[in-house]
Amino acid sequence: MSLNMTLVGELIAFIVFVLFCMKFVWPPLNNAIEARQKRIADGLAAGERAEKDLELAQAKIADELKEAKAQAAEIIAQAKKRAEQTVEEGKQRGEVEREAIIAAGHAEIAAERNRLREELRKQVAVLAVAGAAKIIEREIDQNAHSDIVEKLVAEL
Amino acid sequence: MAAEELTVQSHIQHHLSNAKMCSVEGEIAFNKACENAGFMTLHVDTLAWSIGLGIIFLMIFRAAAKKATTDVPGKLQCFIEMIIELVSNNVRDTFHGKSKLIAPLALTIFVWIFLMNLMDLIPVDFLPAFAGWVGSTMFGMDSHDVYMKIVPTTDINMTAGLAIGVFLLMIGYSIGMKGVVGFIKELTLQPFSSNNIFAQILLIPFNLLLELIGLFAKPFSLALRLFGNLYAGEMIFILIGVIGLWQLPLHFPWAVFHILVITLQAFVFMMLSIVYLSMASSDSH
Repeated sequence: MSLNMTLVGELIAFIVFVLFCMKFVWPPLNNAIEARQKRIADGLAAGERAEKDLELAQAKIADELKEAKAQAAEIIAQAKKRAEQTVEEGKQRGEVEREAIIAAGHAEIAAERNRLREELRKQVAVLAVAGAAKIIEREIDQNAHSDIVEKLVAEL
Repeated sequence: MAAEELTVQSHIQHHLSNAKMCSVEGEIAFNKACENAGFMTLHVDTLAWSIGLGIIFLMIFRAAAKKATTDVPGKLQCFIEMIIELVSNNVRDTFHGKSKLIAPLALTIFVWIFLMNLMDLIPVDFLPAFAGWVGSTMFGMDSHDVYMKIVPTTDINMTAGLAIGVFLLMIGYSIGMKGVVGFIKELTLQPFSSNNIFAQILLIPFNLLLELIGLFAKPFSLALRLFGNLYAGEMIFILIGVIGLWQLPLHFPWAVFHILVITLQAFVFMMLSIVYLSMASSDSH
């Protein structure tokens, strides 16, 4: 029951056990616990971040959808406008062409009329000369009196 | 002893005696021959059980540490980690400052003392009777001459060994943190101080007396608290053991109650060690 050498033995055993525990037991276990705690914390943070990212992505999707709709509406409106414009332009061009054709026709008709008139005039001159010759009977030299006949024709 | 009649008194006496080993005139002697060996005696049973339990503790924890994974831990690792967390939290809350030693020290103290205390729950006659049987059949000894005290913490040498270990660390931390001069100042200039230099010098012996008592009271209280609790518990187990058949209804409630004592004393030893070391390593007294 009294103190003896056992005490020293136990003290040495105690020191050895504590040193062993400090070197080989505590650090790996504590490191494992701390590493796991960090992993869990990281995982939770990542989850939170992902949730936030998802929210952001959803907001972005909604935005983009809205923009796309607006763009589509604009494109449709533009297309309508363009179509109207095209139709209008076609109409205008048709009008212009029609007028041009009409004008060309008029011009052609006028030219034809002039040509016919000229021809008629020539024939009238011939006829007049022939008539005059018949009337005057060979008295008139065709070459000498052609100026008179031409004056006559011009008066027609 | 063989001729002596087996009385209750001798039975209890037998239970409370350690297996001793010493050297008498250059030869190794045991038990009765060691009565006059004084300090140069070893309690073989205390040493064997305590070191054996310490090795079991370290083997289990080392096995868990080797396989420690940061992934999903196994059941052993979970269990070990629970103990580590308990110790780690208490150290963090109590010990202010950084030290790589305190936490493993606290863990060793807690688990080792717990395991040694746990031996108290093995019915008191089992292992001593078995040792007596082994001694008488294999070595031809009188079974009554075989001593076997299986709870190391009921041996004052065990608890004093632990307390002295903690005490040495306290002194080491004190000197390491405050220096030799700081440590001496703490012992001599407190708790009474004066601005007058002569009064201060006069107060030194008084302060020293008080502080030394305070300092030595710590390991004494550590050693005696654990020893006293476990010794008393063991004593009651032995007393219950000698009353015959009626021990069964008595033994069980005491054992259940003793589970509390076992855990509590291990925890208290650990906490007080942390507190003492924390006090030793902090500047403010």
